Amino acid sequence: MSDRLSRRKLITASLAAAAGATGLGIAARLADRYGLIPPDDGGIYGVGETMTYAAQRLLTHRTLAREYTRSDISKVAPVKGEPPENETYQRLLAGGFADWRLKIDGLVARPTFFSFAELKRFPAESHIYHQACEEGWSFIAEWVGVPLSYVLNLVGVLPRAKYVVFFGFDTNFDAADKRTIKGKWNSIDKADAWHPQTLLAYGMNGKEFLPPGHGAPLRLRIPRQLGGKSTKYLSWITLTDTVKDIGQGFGAGGVERGFSWYAGI
Amino acid sequence: MAETTYLPGLAIRGSDSLGSDSLESPRHSAVVRVTHWITAATFVAFVISGIAILIAHPRLYWGETGGVGTPSLIDLPIPFMIGHSGWGRYLHFLSAWVCVLAGVVYAIHGLATPHFRKDLLPAKADLAWGRIWTLVWNDLRLKRPAEEESLAYNVVQRLTYLAVVFVLFPLIILTGLAMSPAIASAFPILREGFGGQQSARTIHFFIAVALVLFVCVHILMVFLAGFTNRVRAMITGHPAAGKEPS
Repeated sequence: MSDRLSRRKLITASLAAAAGATGLGIAARLADRYGLIPPDDGGIYGVGETMTYAAQRLLTHRTLAREYTRSDISKVAPVKGEPPENETYQRLLAGGFADWRLKIDGLVARPTFFSFAELKRFPAESHIYHQACEEGWSFIAEWVGVPLSYVLNLVGVLPRAKYVVFFGFDTNFDAADKRTIKGKWNSIDKADAWHPQTLLAYGMNGKEFLPPGHGAPLRLRIPRQLGGKSTKYLSWITLTDTVKDIGQGFGAGGVERGFSWYAGI
Repeated sequence: MAETTYLPGLAIRGSDSLGSDSLESPRHSAVVRVTHWITAATFVAFVISGIAILIAHPRLYWGETGGVGTPSLIDLPIPFMIGHSGWGRYLHFLSAWVCVLAGVVYAIHGLATPHFRKDLLPAKADLAWGRIWTLVWNDLRLKRPAEEESLAYNVVQRLTYLAVVFVLFPLIILTGLAMSPAIASAFPILREGFGGQQSARTIHFFIAVALVLFVCVHILMVFLAGFTNRVRAMITGHPAAGKEPS
């Protein structure tokens, strides 16, 4: 009898394992299809990270960050890190960014260079939202700029593009081999790229230009993620269907320094 | 008629459980035991990773915002140490998923079985200050409880466990979620309910401190009541050797 029992248990267990494995396989493919798997999904931490990212993508579809009023704006807007010290950035800063161009290329119909003046001619938006640093501090500020979606629509993003990748002057983005790119480059998914509050900001708190420490001449602003996700000192935006061939392939320079790619927490 | 082929199996399972459980039902059910140790493991990970996140900015604020240069509620007497919150967050959220899923299993089990009602809900007659004070006084004097007291929780234990399970755990999960900018965009009431993102962070910290104190007292009481038997009961279900199912 115990023989039969163990065989029964064995068969049941194998069937359950097979069903579980198939279920997991299907779930993984569906998750990938609907963009629920982050680039840093490897290892034991990747399990938790994937669950957080997937759950938040399902829960926060098209939700808006709270917009505050001017009286809520923080008196102190702390700056994390110093502006890039490299010669290129210092030269552009000294020239008031007149010679600066934002390059947008990759999986787009019309690769384009935009000047600061051109970006300022696009319909501007102002958003006052709360931004927290992953260290723990936070502030409320008003950001002025052009919605990222507006610029993306101008250049015509190809349907198979999955990520928008951002490189600032604190990145060695002109590396001949994309795999050697280092620094604070970052990438966002389509949900955040087309989110109505995602801004390419060039002014803040009533100032026409960003203070250098806050990312002049242009920075990203994603209110539904921690501040570190909002790349500063922008120079180059590229659209791609995979981030595997950039840097170490985790979708952001920060992941290489131990931080998670998705920062909606 | 296909059911008849399953009957022997059912009969065997029935007699199997008769062999172990009928002698003495376990002090803690299997679900309670498994979820207890999962929670214990995640708690260690929570504290370590929580400290790693906290030391990047060991100041606490009240309201929506706060940072260096603005008034704080509390300055913890530890230096600012950045560089540990990366792995800290990865571990914190992995622990959160494991702990919350274990908690959901525990809660469903507690509601579906008499566990919450029978083991945790105090009897009305026991809710007397005199009785509660006597128990607390005995604990403060580190008086070793009698062995028969291990068969059921006393009123102080029940109130403590109820507070941990139904107040502290839900609050620490909700304050954690309130800090998330993405979750706050979907459920703004969470953040506003706690008075802002920084308030949620501060409350999260104090609940964590309360939980650490609870765990310290919990472990102290386990030692006081007889470490081996209490831990054995939480592992095998039975306090004393020889009563375990073989």
